[in-house]
Formats: sequence, C-alpha cells, structure tokens
Amino acid sequence: MTIKSNIPIISEWDIVAARQAGREAAKKMNFGTVDQARITTAISELARNIFLYAMPGNIIVEEIHENNKYGLKITAADQGPGIENIKLALEDGYTTSGGLGAGVPGVKRLMDEFSIDSEVGRGTVVVAVKWL
Amino acid sequence: MRIPILKLNNLLLVSIQIELDDQSALQLQEDLLEKIHQTSAGGVVIDLTSLDMIDSFIAKVLGDIVSMSGLMGSKVVLTGIQPAVAITLVELGIYLNDANTAIDLEKGIEILGKSGVQ
Ligand SMILES: Nc1ncnc2c1ncn2[C@@H]1O[C@H](COP(=O)(O)OP(=O)(O)O)[C@@H](O)[C@H]1O
Ligand SMILES: [Mg+2]
Repeated sequence: MTIKSNIPIISEWDIVAARQAGREAAKKMNFGTVDQARITTAISELARNIFLYAMPGNIIVEEIHENNKYGLKITAADQGPGIENIKLALEDGYTTSGGLGAGVPGVKRLMDEFSIDSEVGRGTVVVAVKWL
Repeated sequence: MRIPILKLNNLLLVSIQIELDDQSALQLQEDLLEKIHQTSAGGVVIDLTSLDMIDSFIAKVLGDIVSMSGLMGSKVVLTGIQPAVAITLVELGIYLNDANTAIDLEKGIEILGKSGVQ
C-alpha cells in the first residue's frame, strides 16, 4: 500500500503530528537516518510556517513513483496571506517574526526538489521531494 | 510536558527524552533559567542524544538558552548531537557557534570540570 497522509495544521501540536507522520513514512520507505532527519526537519519547518503565518493549512506526505524512482513528496498548502516577495523569503536569515529565517531556504537545501507558489491574499503551496 | 532538571553538585543536568514540541522547549528555557537562579549552578549540560531532529525553532531556543544562561554566569554544554542532526542543522544554515558542545554527557561534565565548574 502506498503511503499518504494529510495532516491539518490547526494548532501548534499539529507541527509535532506532521513531523511524526513524516518520520513514520520515511522509515517505512527505508530512507537512511540522515534523509529521515532531513524529511522530518523540512516538514517541521513547513508546518511551523503554516502555524505562524497562515493557519489553517495542511501538510500532505505521500509516496510517489516516477521514472523508476521512488520518493517522498511533501506538500504544504494554506490559504493564508501569501508571501509578497518569494525571493526575499528564500534568503537565509530573512524573517518577519524574529525567527532564524532558516526555514524556507533550509527546506530547499534539505530536499531534492523544491517549488513554492504563493499569491498575496490567496495562500501558499510549497512542494518538496526527497528521492530514495 | 515538563523536562526534568537534575542537580549534581554545582551542575544542572538535562536530558531531553521526549519529542520536543515548541511549548516544552520554551518551558525548559524558563525552568532552566529559574533553576540556575535558585541553585547558583555554575554549569549546565543539556544532553540531546535522543533527539532525531532539531529544526530552526528548537535550535533558536537552544541558542537562546546558551546566551541567557551565559548572561546569568552559567556555562552551558550541549552534548550528544546525532550525526544526522548535525548534518541537517548545517544544511539549514545553523551553526550554534556560541555553544560549547561535547560528544556525550560524560565529556560535557568533564569540560565543565576543566573550566572550574563541578
Ligand atoms: N506559509 C506562509 N505564508 C505566509 N508567509 C510565509 C509562509 N512561510 C513563510 N512565510 C514568510 O517567509 C519568511 C521566511 O520564512 P522562514 O524561512 O521559515 O523563516 P522564519 O519562519 O524563521 O521567519 C517568514 O518570516 C514569513 O514572512
Ligand atoms: Mg519558518
């Protein structure tokens, strides 16, 4: 059975729930410990961004299969305020909340594929994939 | 969930054995500073062996604990950071440069001993 879970982010505790879903999925797919840590960390960053800036939203964790490759795909979707300047959000250290500003650029480095689609007033969708 | 803080002579020992949520991390920060104040502990070892991930929020709280304890005159050593966690932290761009670190709890206590805290 292929893995797919959808975790609504409606409270701070859902950050941990999303992380646990990612950890479980990464383990089931036999990712190594470093990739497991990358995946759970990336999910934690994306879930926290939804919690901080755009609640409610969802984290979807799913197994994908493309061109003989298996991967784990994380989708973080919200209907929040959107990101005005995506280029800025991708810069290390950029934060509007007194954070470390490491989340968005960090997820991009931790994962193999990364895309961000955001529209002011409509919301944000981040998709990130780690290949096995 | 409240993380226990143990006192050993002039040291405080913390071993994080739970999945660290944001509230628990902030609670630890508050409890630890209060405990340093109460006990005048000269040093703190925070053992992170059981953590399989540290994200930017937890890293920020840990860095803040190091700075705040330092301001109070207590030296913090972070111990037991797993290889996968070290890799992901650096990939996130987080170096925790101001933190003293050691390979395990025992070495952490040793480092503090060498700097006169025991
Ligand atoms: N889902 C989101 N909706 C709206 N704004 C966001 C979202 N995610 C990130 N941002 C914006 O991008 C900035 C950078 O995010 P990040 O790199 O995670 O750093 P931090 O969360 O520490 O500020 C945030 O401060 C915020 O302004
Ligand atoms: Mg963030």
